[in-house]
Parts: sequence; structure tokens; C-alpha cells
Amino acid sequence: MSVSVQADDFDVGAEIAKLSRDDPDVGAVASFVGLVRRGNDGGAEVTAMTLEHYPGMTERALQDIVAEAGGRWQCDHVRVIHRFGMLRPGDRIVFVGVASRHRGDAFAACEFIMDFLKTRAPFWKREETTAGARWVEARDSDDTAALRWDAAPHRAAEPPMG
Amino acid sequence: MTIKILYFAALRDALGTAGESLALPPGVNSVGELRRFLAGRGEPWQVLGADRNVRAARNQRMADAGESIAAGDEVAFFPPVTGG
Repeated sequence: MSVSVQADDFDVGAEIAKLSRDDPDVGAVASFVGLVRRGNDGGAEVTAMTLEHYPGMTERALQDIVAEAGGRWQCDHVRVIHRFGMLRPGDRIVFVGVASRHRGDAFAACEFIMDFLKTRAPFWKREETTAGARWVEARDSDDTAALRWDAAPHRAAEPPMG
Repeated sequence: MTIKILYFAALRDALGTAGESLALPPGVNSVGELRRFLAGRGEPWQVLGADRNVRAARNQRMADAGESIAAGDEVAFFPPVTGG
């Protein structure tokens, strides 16, 4: 289980490869990459974005989320990377990768970690747009996405092999 | 009985400060009571008012309004998070 909060970019292929290296029991790796979007749902064009975070709390919050996922699904290896600082459209923001025996656990844990990261990890986006700078408002849909896991079974149903 | 308070993102911009040390006033024993006390300072502190969407952390973990605070704590106030 490894969490990084960093300004630097990351190598998606290398991170995915590391998740199953030297572990022949891993049968599935699910991953997610979040990127800076140019448009913001009908608003002005985004030219840059600055991600602020709460040093000290951020890594702890991510570790707590990963631990929670590990209690719900079989997660053999987990990697979370979240960047901060100035980013531009097309830049990678976040990586979540989960290695497990079977895909059901890997898919579910990966999505769970992203949903909880969206509502619990102390990051804030400030967009520079063609119409000026502004702090991004939180979305109700992110809260809804995190809440649905409260009703979900803690273990994936017996998944098909593979 | 002093605590450290931090403000982040749009809240910090509105308040014009990233944080402060505060000797806890009598009757301020929880995160919610601290928020109410701060909001009562007048402009621009109404951004911490009960009608605003503000989240809090105590000692670097998300905290509800009812969570107790004690000397030496680090309490942070910030808008709902927007990472990912």
C-alpha cells in the first residue's frame, strides 16, 4: 500500500507494472487516471489549474481511504498518487491502481478509492480560465457517488475467475 | 489553553489569513463551538457562518461539529474538497 502526494508527473505504465511485479498471485490490476479537462461543463475554457492541499493531512487521509478499501475488498497491492501545484489541460492529476486476485475486487476498490478521495482528501482546485480565476465548487454528484458505497455490500459477490 | 487554527483555499482568501493561534475562549469546547465563535467576529468571518458549506478537521482528520477540542490541537476549516 503506497500513497504519494507530489508535484511531479508519474509514469502510468511503470506504476501499473509495479503493482503485480514479483507477485504471481495477482490476477487483476484495475487503474484510474484523472486528467485536467480543458472545458468545465459549459463554462469558460480552462488554461491552467492550481491544486492546493493540506500538507500533513493529505497523505493520512489517502492512507485511511486505502485502508478502508482493504477492509472491504481483497486488495493485494494499492498505489495512489495525487499531484499538487500548477497543472495544465491534459496533465495527469491522480492515479489509483489496485492489484487483486480477481477483477471484481480490483474494479470495486479502485472506484471506491476514487469516490472517497473526491470527498475526503483535502485538495482544492483553483482554475485559471479565459474569464478569470476561480475556486472550483464541490459537486453534489461527488457526495452521492461516495454515499452509494454505504449501501453496497462490503465484499464483491463471488466473482468469475480471471 | 491555546490551539492552532488553519484556513484553506477560498476560505483563506476570504479571511486574508492562512491561520492563527487562539487562546480558547470560555465555552468553546468543540469544533462547532469554535466555528460559531469565529463566525461571530464580524466581517469577513461570516464565511464560517452556519449557512455556509464549511468542512473541518481536527488534528488532520475530518471532524464533525460535535468533536471536542483541547489545548494543543490543530483545527482546520476549509470548503468542501475538490481533488481527484
